[in-house]
Amino acid sequence: MSGALQINHPSDAEPAALPPPRLELRGIVKHFPGVRALDGVDLVLRPGRVTALIGENGAGKSTLVKILTGIHRPDAGEIRVGGRPVSFASPQDAQDARITAIHQETALFDELTVAENIYLGHAPKTRLGFVDWSAMRARATALLYGLDAPIRPWTRLRDLSIAQRHLVAIARALSIDSEIVIMDEPTAALSHKEVDDLARVIERLKGQGKAILFISHKFEELYRIADDYTVFRDGRSVGAGRMDEATHDELVRLMVGRSVDQVFPKVPATLGEPVLEVSGLCHPTEFDAISFTLRRGEILGLYGLVGAGRSELCQALFGATTPSAGTIAVEGRRVAIRSPADAVRAGIVYVPEERGRHGAVLAMPVFENVTLACLGAVSRHGFIRSAEEFRLARHYAERLDLRAASLAQPVGTLSGGNQQKVVIGKWLAAGPKVVILDEPTKGIDIGSKAAVHAFMSELAGQGLAVLMVSSELPEILGMADRVMVMREGRMAGLFERAGLTAETLVAAATGNIQARSDQP
Amino acid sequence: MALQQTTARVIPDRLLGPIGRSAIRWETLLLALSAAIFFANALASPYFLDIWNLSDATFNFTEKAIIALALAFVVMAGEIDLSVSGTIALASTAMGEAASAGFGTPALVAVGLGVGAACGLVNGVLITRLGLPSIMATIGTMSLYRGLSYLALGDGVLKDYPASFGWFGQGYVWQALSFEFACFLVLAALAGLVLHRTVFGRAVRAIGNNAFAARFSGLAVDRIRLILFLLTGLAAGLATVMLTSRLGSTRPSIALGWELDVVTIVVLGGVSIQGGSGTIPGVVLAAFVLGLVTYGLGLLNVPGIIMSIVIGAMLIGTIALPILAGRILAARRRP
Repeated sequence: MSGALQINHPSDAEPAALPPPRLELRGIVKHFPGVRALDGVDLVLRPGRVTALIGENGAGKSTLVKILTGIHRPDAGEIRVGGRPVSFASPQDAQDARITAIHQETALFDELTVAENIYLGHAPKTRLGFVDWSAMRARATALLYGLDAPIRPWTRLRDLSIAQRHLVAIARALSIDSEIVIMDEPTAALSHKEVDDLARVIERLKGQGKAILFISHKFEELYRIADDYTVFRDGRSVGAGRMDEATHDELVRLMVGRSVDQVFPKVPATLGEPVLEVSGLCHPTEFDAISFTLRRGEILGLYGLVGAGRSELCQALFGATTPSAGTIAVEGRRVAIRSPADAVRAGIVYVPEERGRHGAVLAMPVFENVTLACLGAVSRHGFIRSAEEFRLARHYAERLDLRAASLAQPVGTLSGGNQQKVVIGKWLAAGPKVVILDEPTKGIDIGSKAAVHAFMSELAGQGLAVLMVSSELPEILGMADRVMVMREGRMAGLFERAGLTAETLVAAATGNIQARSDQP
Repeated sequence: MALQQTTARVIPDRLLGPIGRSAIRWETLLLALSAAIFFANALASPYFLDIWNLSDATFNFTEKAIIALALAFVVMAGEIDLSVSGTIALASTAMGEAASAGFGTPALVAVGLGVGAACGLVNGVLITRLGLPSIMATIGTMSLYRGLSYLALGDGVLKDYPASFGWFGQGYVWQALSFEFACFLVLAALAGLVLHRTVFGRAVRAIGNNAFAARFSGLAVDRIRLILFLLTGLAAGLATVMLTSRLGSTRPSIALGWELDVVTIVVLGGVSIQGGSGTIPGVVLAAFVLGLVTYGLGLLNVPGIIMSIVIGAMLIGTIALPILAGRILAARRRP
C-alpha cells in the first residue's frame, strides 16, 4: 500500500497546510416524524487524519452515520466526496464512494469464517466464476497481518472476542479499499490493551491516507487517537477544530453546556447499618467465595476486567442464576433467592448491562416499562388504574429528566441514555433496598451519564445501598465509597475511597500485585 | 440554556387523542370490512337479515372463536398451541364414554371441561418445565390426544347422550340468542378486560415482547405461561361441550383441522404471531368477518371449494393491503 504518503501533520503545520477534504458535509438536515434529528450540520474529513465526532446520545451522530452509509437520505444539504457532490440512494452507492462504517454491532456473520466475513459480496473468483478460496485466504491473511492481528482467516467468527471482531470489520473495510472509514464507538466493549491495539491500527490507517471518523464517549481515547474534532448538540454542529487545541472542559461544555464536576456529583455519604450481607457465595463455574457487606447509603464499586465474574455475581444476587453455595441476607434476615421475582420481593433490583435484551421491553411504551416491576402499586384487585400509572411514570420520567416525545412513545425509539433512565425508573418505582447497576453508563453520553450519577448519589443519600459494576475507572473513582475488585472469579481486594488510585485498582484487577485489603 | 430546557420540559402522556389512535388501528379496518360484508350479504340474499338465520350463522364460528379468545393470549405471549383440535377429540371421547357409563349432564360437562384443562396442563408442563418449544410440544400432543381418541373408539361412534345435554349446543337463552353465542359474548368481554385492563394482561404482553426483560422485571414468566396453556385447554374443553352437544355424537375425527381455523381468527384479528401485540376486539371482529363470509356464501349456495378460495384470498388480502398501502405512502413521501 502507499506507505509513502506522509501526511501526519508536523508540529509546525498551519491550518492552511492541511490536505484538502476527502469528505465534506454542508448543512445536512434530516427530519423524522416528530423528531428533528439533524438541523444543518457540517463535517469535514481529511485524508490521513482522524476526526472525532463528539456529542450526547440523541445529538444526531447515529443519524449522520446512517446518512453517510446510504441508509437514510438527507432532506437538505450537500455531501461532497473528493470535491464532487454525491447523493447516496442506497448503501451500495456509499460503498461505491468508498465509505465504510464499523458499527457498535457491525453486521458480521457468526457462522462464517473470518476470511468469508472479510470478502462477503466481493470474494475473489476463479476463471470459472467459483470462489477462489486459496486467494481469499491469502489476501485475508495479508490484510490481518497488515493490521498486526493474530487471527487465523479460517476461524469461525463466533470463536472470536469482540476486539477481534472489530479487527475483522476493519479488515473488511480495507478489503474494499475504503478511503473513508467511520468507526462508531469501536471501543465501547474493549479492554485497555485492546484499545491500545486499536489505536495502533488506526495509526496505520492514517499512514495509508484514510480519512477516519471516530465516534466515542471516552475523552481519554479521543485525545490519544483523534487529530480534529466536531461537536454536535441537538442536531447542530456547535464547534470544530484541532484536538490538541481544545481542552477537555471546553469540549464538555460544547457538548452539554455544563461543566465537568457535574459529571461525578459525589455526595459525601453517611453510612448506616448493613443492608446486604453476602457470605461465601459460590457459583460452579463463574465465581468463588465472594463475601461482602453493603450498608445503607453506600455506593460499592465493583471493578475487574471483562470476564472476571462481576456480571455473573450480580445476576446470582438477583436470582437470574443459582449460586452453588453461600448465603445472602437482606437487613439481617437470610433470604432464599431462586428467581428475579424473589429478589425483587427481597428488595434487590438489577439494572442489567444489556439494556435492550434484559432491561427494557423496547416495543412497549415508556409508561408501561416504568410500571412493569410495580404493577401491584398502580392496580386494585388486579385491574390497572390508568391515571395512577401515568402519574407514577410521569413522576420518574421527570425526576430522571427523560427526553421523550410522550409517555406513550415506545422505549426502543429513545436514545441509549434515555432507555437507561427508563430502566432505572422502573426499578426505583419498585421501591428497592439494594440497587445493583451493571455498567450503568456504558455507551451513553455525558449528559445522561451525569443524570445517572446524580441520581445514584441521590439514592444513596436517601439510604439505599448501591452496588455499581463499572469498567470505567473515572466512574469507579468518582462515585464509589468503597471498591471491590474481582479477578478470575475471586475477590482480589476491597479498597476504601480515601487515597485510592487507578493504578492500585488496575494492579489488583490484573494480578500484578498481591491482593490487598483495607482491613489489616 | 440547556439547563433551562431540561427543567421546564413537560412530557405529554400521549401524542394522539382517542380518535386519532383508533383511526390508525387494525381493528378499524376489520370493523369496516365486517360492515362491508354485512351489507353485501344483505343485498345479495333476501334471507340474510332474518334474525333466526343470523342466529344460526353464529353456530358456525362460535366454538372456534371461544378457543381463539384463549389462544390469543398464548400467541400474545409469544407461544402457540396447535393441540386444540386433539384436545377436543380426547375430551369428547371421554364425555361419550362417561355418557355410556350412565353419567348425567352435569357430570358430562365437568368431564369435558376437566379433560380439556388437563390436556392444557400437560402442554404447559411440557413447555415451561421441560422447556420444549411450544410449536413442537403442541404438534406432538395434537397427534397424541387424537391418537388416544382413535385408540378408544376405532371406527365407532358414541351417542348415548342424555336429552338435557343438548341444550349447550342447541339451546337459547333469550329469543334468538343461543347459549353458545351468549357465552362467547360474555367470555369476549371478560378476555378483553383481562388483557387490556389487568396486571395479568400487561404481563402477558411484556412476556411476548421480551421474555428476558419480563423475567428480569420480576414477573413469574413460567407460571403465567403455564396458566395460559391451561386456560386454552379449558376453552377447548368448553368448545367440546358445545360441539358435542350440538352434534349429539362423538367420532374420533371430530373437529379435525380446527387448529388452523382458530389460528386464522387470531392472526386475522391482528395478534402478532411473534407475540407482544394484539387486541381482543380485533379477534372478536375477525371471528365475525370469517363467520359472516362463510354464512353469506352459504346462503348464495357457493360450493365449499370456492368458499375456501374466497377465505384464503381474503386472508392474504387483508394482511397484504396495509403493507402495500404503507409502501405506497412511504414512496410518495420521498422526494
